[in-house]
Amino acid sequence: MRSGRSPWILVLPALTGLALLVLPLTGLVVRAPWSTMGERLGDPAVLTALGLSLSTATAATACSLLLGVPLAWLLARTEFPGRRLVRALVTVPLVMPPVVGGVALLLVLGRNGILGRHLDAWFGVTVPFTPAAVVLAQVFVAMPFLVISVEGALRGADRRYEEAAATLGASRAAVFTRVTLPMVLPGVGAGAALCWARALGEFGATITFAGNFPGTTQTMPLAVYVAMRHDPEAAVVLSLILLLVCLAVLAALRERWTNT
Amino acid sequence: MAPPDAPRTPGPDRSPPPVLDARLRLERDGFGLDVDLEVGPGEILALLGPNGAGKSTVLRALAGLVPLTGGHVRLDGREETATPVERRPVGVVFQDYLLFPHMSALDNVAFGPRRQGLSRAGARERASALLAHMGLSEYARVRPRRLSGGQAQRVALARALAVRPRLLLLDEPMAALDASTRIDVRARLRSLLEGFDGATVLVTHDPLDAMVLADRIAVVEGGRVVQQGPPADVARRPRTAYVARLVGLNLFRGTAEGTTVTLDPAAPAVSAGTGAPPPEDAGAARVEVHEAHHGPALVAFPPRAVALYPRRPQGSPRNAWHLTVEGTERFGDQVRVHLAGRPSLAADISPAALAELGLTRGDRVWAQVKAAEVECYPG
Repeated sequence: MRSGRSPWILVLPALTGLALLVLPLTGLVVRAPWSTMGERLGDPAVLTALGLSLSTATAATACSLLLGVPLAWLLARTEFPGRRLVRALVTVPLVMPPVVGGVALLLVLGRNGILGRHLDAWFGVTVPFTPAAVVLAQVFVAMPFLVISVEGALRGADRRYEEAAATLGASRAAVFTRVTLPMVLPGVGAGAALCWARALGEFGATITFAGNFPGTTQTMPLAVYVAMRHDPEAAVVLSLILLLVCLAVLAALRERWTNT
Repeated sequence: MAPPDAPRTPGPDRSPPPVLDARLRLERDGFGLDVDLEVGPGEILALLGPNGAGKSTVLRALAGLVPLTGGHVRLDGREETATPVERRPVGVVFQDYLLFPHMSALDNVAFGPRRQGLSRAGARERASALLAHMGLSEYARVRPRRLSGGQAQRVALARALAVRPRLLLLDEPMAALDASTRIDVRARLRSLLEGFDGATVLVTHDPLDAMVLADRIAVVEGGRVVQQGPPADVARRPRTAYVARLVGLNLFRGTAEGTTVTLDPAAPAVSAGTGAPPPEDAGAARVEVHEAHHGPALVAFPPRAVALYPRRPQGSPRNAWHLTVEGTERFGDQVRVHLAGRPSLAADISPAALAELGLTRGDRVWAQVKAAEVECYPG
């Protein structure tokens, strides 16, 4: 062991930091009501929240891929006036408190919002307080992770392969789908995983914009928050499930990426 | 008849019409390209030149990857100047080959035909046939990173040929290979290129690649073709210091008057090795040649034709100069002696001769060359 030679001024904060990350998780496992775990897991309320969380996070990731990959391509591969500004705007949700995002979404898409008013008047569509609102809130906070990740991958990719594809007769669209995209796939995968995880944990924007209705907009994080006030044991169970889902996804992705 | 090293001019007397007829004018970031090329069916033209001479720009312009600011590109008489890269009948073997890493060798080769609208089965059939021709049938399912350098080169060649191009471009095809495999790969590439009936232009900075692979060499320096001709002529009669250095000749510019060439004192002599300017002592050096010429001339002779003597040699050779030793270096099984004076030149002598002469830097020595060994041609 050479750790004894490491300066305590680094080792002490490092161990404290590690404890800060690991201890709460340990606490979660230790305090979990293992004896009643079976029936609690079967609780329809828990299953509903979990199902809603998984489906909305997946839908949000799909939306982010559909919109975010082209956006990343635009930022990485084209030159247009205000490109730097657009890039800065894309990153704003990364640093903004999600609850502010929720308020902003409400102001635009709410029943009296700038767009929401017309949606309501013309189509009879109201977005807030529906599962669609949950997805929108998640896309708003999570898509920037995907865009930044994919843009980085695109900038790092060797453009000469795209030239090679062009000399072989590939149109710009074919170059993108056949060569560029497959070559940056690891970056897209990493971005999608980050995006999905962020969407799964989304709380502030969701509760502001989509509300907290069990069955329609109450996702796992909201359910944990509510349970914490009248049934702390339930909150622990819900938290444990969220933790396990995240770990499972992380493990699956690592397995996949380290093998290819 | 025009001298073999003069730039080829299009003439009605040349039997097959050229496949490639290009007039490339390009101005970009203070770099100007002004190159005219003509390549016949089945002919292989090598663009030889130092780094930054514009060789790769020529290739990119021919492929359509950079737009011209003037001139034209015609293939089989058809105007292709404005044709976008994906629709030009051009195949490119890139430096490092750039095989798509996420596809098998077969899918790499089938990529082009597929984009051209062939069915999946048709594209694969064509790709299989090409891989078989390259002797790579058993590697069809292999990903590029599992291929050796020579195999990757052949897959890249197959991929470029799969689009049935009229013009084949190769950018430094040997640069990605290690020295031990080069000889085999070069010979194999030559035989594979011989089967192609379109025009081939290959870019290299290695004179050996140019000599072995090409039917004709165009030397590019500073965005211009400074010399063009069959490899043997370029090797025997270099026109610039760069080419002389590549082919290992002493080259001088001067003015011929009968069989005597008075070397240009204004332009410092360029030799096979040293670039040192001659000291300002003697007058203009003269070189005797065996054939009479008049006017501006170039004289070239190999370093091994130079003999060194401690005293002024007696007898027939009239080309004898008193020079100063600049330095010595090993050169194969010979020793190359760099000499400064009028003219500055390089001489290759045996290690035994060097020991006998006992030469060190700063010594004075007589160098002589037989007139019969000196190549003289219009400058």
